[in-house]
Amino acid sequence: MKAKVYVTLKPSVLDPQGKAIHHSVELLGFKQIADVRQGKYFEIALDDSVSEAEAASSIEKIAREVLTNPIIEDYRVEIQT
Amino acid sequence: MKFGVIVFPGSNCDHDAYHVVSKHIGQPVDFIWHKETDLSGYDAILIPGGFSYGDYLRAGALASFSPVMSAVKDFAASGKFVFGICNGFQILCETGLLPGALMRNENLHFVCKHVNIRTENASTPYTSEIESGRVLSIPIAHAEGNYVCDQATMNSLEENGQIVFRYCDENGELSSEANPNGALSNIAGICNQNRNVLGMMPHPERACEELLGSNDGRDIFRSLAKAVAAAG
Repeated sequence: MKAKVYVTLKPSVLDPQGKAIHHSVELLGFKQIADVRQGKYFEIALDDSVSEAEAASSIEKIAREVLTNPIIEDYRVEIQT
Repeated sequence: MKFGVIVFPGSNCDHDAYHVVSKHIGQPVDFIWHKETDLSGYDAILIPGGFSYGDYLRAGALASFSPVMSAVKDFAASGKFVFGICNGFQILCETGLLPGALMRNENLHFVCKHVNIRTENASTPYTSEIESGRVLSIPIAHAEGNYVCDQATMNSLEENGQIVFRYCDENGELSSEANPNGALSNIAGICNQNRNVLGMMPHPERACEELLGSNDGRDIFRSLAKAVAAAG
């Protein structure tokens, strides 16, 4: 089983890296881009013995307590069976 | 009086902190490896600068899960002194001992230079030997010192006098030009509500001798030593 975790900056938090990427993209001629936000992506492999429910609850906890700083970031979890 | 300097894989200002405590404060000090879980016998813990765990995941995040940080939480809860500098400040925020977070500098640069910081609260254990409003010249060296927190946290920091240092110009005026990293409200250092935990991005341990361009940092360590002595 595999889990995917997406960590993104909260909408209220400024993202200077995203801004710099946006600027570079514009320099390349892509004028139609409205905004770029940078985030993080994690792939987590689980043992086959783990049930889907167990996986969902562990990954949720890992995402919340380790992968994300809740002051500045949000997360989204996808479990792939 | 005994000080401890925590050492994580990737700490690189641990020897500077040790040097200042032993040479300028004249107190016994030990290095404490991050796997240690017993801090009994210590009166103050310094969490030094550097790149603990290579800044992987987020600056200070992985260090905050190391065994010694559980002991540091209990140590702080007992009212003893915990002082985080630069990466140490990031670790204290990640651990939740201080509110808020330190993000990538607004200008995206690693900034390494002397800055001026204004003493906003001179009645903390870390600033008792410094006059209120005094401008200190202390170097910074970081890429992630852009302090952020929500409005409610900001209000409580202000109300409780927890903002200890702010970036300013040489005359003590706050401005965006004097803010090297985009930190909210020019915040360079904050303490917890009990005032026994301080985190700051500038490096006072690098400003303790004239030869290095400033000895303003010594007054922070002198204040701390006085507070530790008073706490008995």
